[in-house]
Amino acid sequence: MTEQLDAGAYNFAYLDEQTKRMIRRAILKAIAVPGYQVPFASREMPMPYGWGTGGVQVTAACLVPEDRLKVIDQGADDTTNAVSIRRFFQRTAGVATTEATAEATVIQTRHRIPETPLKAGQILVYQVPIPEPLRFLEPRETETRKMHALEEYGLMHVKLYEDIARHGQIATSYAYPVRVEGRYVMDPSPIPKFDNPKLGNNPAIQLFGAGREQRIYALPPWSRVESLDFDDHPFRPSKAPHRCDLCGAGHSYLDEVITDDAGGRMFVCSDTDFCAGRRARGHRGRLAAEASAPPPHPSPTRGEGGAPSDGLAQGGAALASPPPRGEGLGAGGAGPEGTA
Amino acid sequence: MYVAVKGGERAIDNAHGWLAEERRGDRAVPELTIPQIREQMTLAVNRVMAEGSLYDPDLAALAIKQARGDLIEAIFLIRAYRTTLPRLAGSRPVDTAAMAVDRRISATFKDLPGGQVLGPTFDYTHRLLDFALMAEAEPPTPLPSPRGGGEVPGAAAGQEAPPSPLVEEGWGGGPPRVPHVTGFLNRDGLIEAAPSSGATPPDLTRAPMELPADRALRLQALARGDEGFLLGLAYSTQRGYGRTHAFVGELRIGRVAVEVEIPELGFAVEIGEIELTECETVNQFKGSKTEPPQFTRGYGLVMGQSERKAIAMSLVDRALRWQDLGEDFTGAPAQDEEFVLMHCDNIQATGFLEHIKLPHYVDFQAELELVRRLRAEAETMPEAAE
Repeated sequence: MTEQLDAGAYNFAYLDEQTKRMIRRAILKAIAVPGYQVPFASREMPMPYGWGTGGVQVTAACLVPEDRLKVIDQGADDTTNAVSIRRFFQRTAGVATTEATAEATVIQTRHRIPETPLKAGQILVYQVPIPEPLRFLEPRETETRKMHALEEYGLMHVKLYEDIARHGQIATSYAYPVRVEGRYVMDPSPIPKFDNPKLGNNPAIQLFGAGREQRIYALPPWSRVESLDFDDHPFRPSKAPHRCDLCGAGHSYLDEVITDDAGGRMFVCSDTDFCAGRRARGHRGRLAAEASAPPPHPSPTRGEGGAPSDGLAQGGAALASPPPRGEGLGAGGAGPEGTA
Repeated sequence: MYVAVKGGERAIDNAHGWLAEERRGDRAVPELTIPQIREQMTLAVNRVMAEGSLYDPDLAALAIKQARGDLIEAIFLIRAYRTTLPRLAGSRPVDTAAMAVDRRISATFKDLPGGQVLGPTFDYTHRLLDFALMAEAEPPTPLPSPRGGGEVPGAAAGQEAPPSPLVEEGWGGGPPRVPHVTGFLNRDGLIEAAPSSGATPPDLTRAPMELPADRALRLQALARGDEGFLLGLAYSTQRGYGRTHAFVGELRIGRVAVEVEIPELGFAVEIGEIELTECETVNQFKGSKTEPPQFTRGYGLVMGQSERKAIAMSLVDRALRWQDLGEDFTGAPAQDEEFVLMHCDNIQATGFLEHIKLPHYVDFQAELELVRRLRAEAETMPEAAE
């Protein structure tokens, strides 16, 4: 309930300066040792653990009043949690916000790297659920820390090898592990492996924050980042073999959207800013004409969850209206009886 | 057809408006006040204070009201508030032997200095719905409450303590002291000693959890851990998963003074008092490779009146001490420090659990592509598979 946040009641960007200093020290250490997970004293934030508290703390520690912030979730600026986090910083830091990748100085992201190439001076902050790339091979933190210290990554290679033996290919499609500067194996957060090539040789600073797990790690600009693979099974980024139905882009990561209950579907850029920019420049995809119509689509609060259900597929118009009772009450503003 | 999930902002506003309305419920019914919650939902308030790690009954009551009675949500509100508060000072260790006890029982001795004091307990009540409460009539007060019910200063509360026939020994004038049962056993060397190390305990809210953790850090994590989780773990030890066979040596609930050392003055000043529940278990121990046969200890200390939590905590504490005592690791969850400490915090747990409600369509799309590709390959090579 961010409603209670009074601009005056909290420090700039919510966290007190001592906490920010602690986080900045962790960030500096993380940059000095690329790919190494630095423990930090993560704070309870006014949003739940697992919803971006690590990213939010890193962003809060990086922000200065002159910054321009962009927040994306699944590549989009207007998904509910991106909206919520952007509002949080608008309220607590009063910084300018933008949806344009090129104009942002700090970008907080969940699960994507923007399609528009980043520039020197930009900071990309990732929200990380499980920072430990070895976690699902070895559940114990005490063990995995030892494995990193000893550079003992055999278990990971065995896992990838077993994938190939069983499936003919490496069956990891997101959160695909990388090796940083030839040393630490790192979890790039659950970005699709399509995004992995953008991690390396990137002029921007990339910071990774895992709040619940109390870890920060980083890729300094121009880091060498290799996705794990084998000589005879080289890493291949993948995406849906289609073009964007709105802007016609053939080289951007696509979301698949179910449009009816008869197998109809369309593919659209997951990066909304990238897609809108292309359309503004006159690019058109297969269904672009229809796209100018008002969006008859379920609201994100109902549609979220990723796996479109039957309910959503059954003819959009009726479902597109907001929840029946929510509408009228919204007029009263969020939390009319708010306590602050 | 265009799709890009627009309208998140309006949906959020509407959802919050609806939530506020639902929280208030039927406006024909009078609104709950914070004092009502504080005074009549005390045990809920206590749980929120304990797991929120903030001793403030009014704020806990507010959190419960705002959270519509969802205690984990209320704990979350308190935690998020607490983390913004400045640290002014650290108190001296509270002296639970000087506790003004409302309740103090020992399951190991029939009688003991300080006496057995039942206090306000559900024990021995018959769990029958009291429909008189539904009629909302004040039931006749059977006996005046020994504490008077209001805010009673510590000293006064001590004087008014229930005149149990067994209390003469510890209560002879001056500040009432109720010695600990484990102290009696300690005198005979029957129970392991627990000397103070004098070390400043680590603070898990200010430093990341490092494993292996020492006992002080473990106890700290357990004290704010989820009551249900600890209850389940403690129960599992009773049923044989890391059995420690605990006796409740002592359980006490009451108020203790909180003192802070003022550097400029050179002495400690009492800044207030808090209610605590303390449980010390005495555990059977037949000796190990490194330790002689003696009783061992489990310890639980929880803010407010939270008996179930304190007992559970002391059982789990004891189970986690297998290494100190040279016992075997049997693979029981309650013995596994990393398992217990990394999963006992309900705010971490609920956040991560519920985050799977958030959109995951990018990852899901990647999985879709992978499954399609794997299926396509499987179909083109049916022979090879055989």
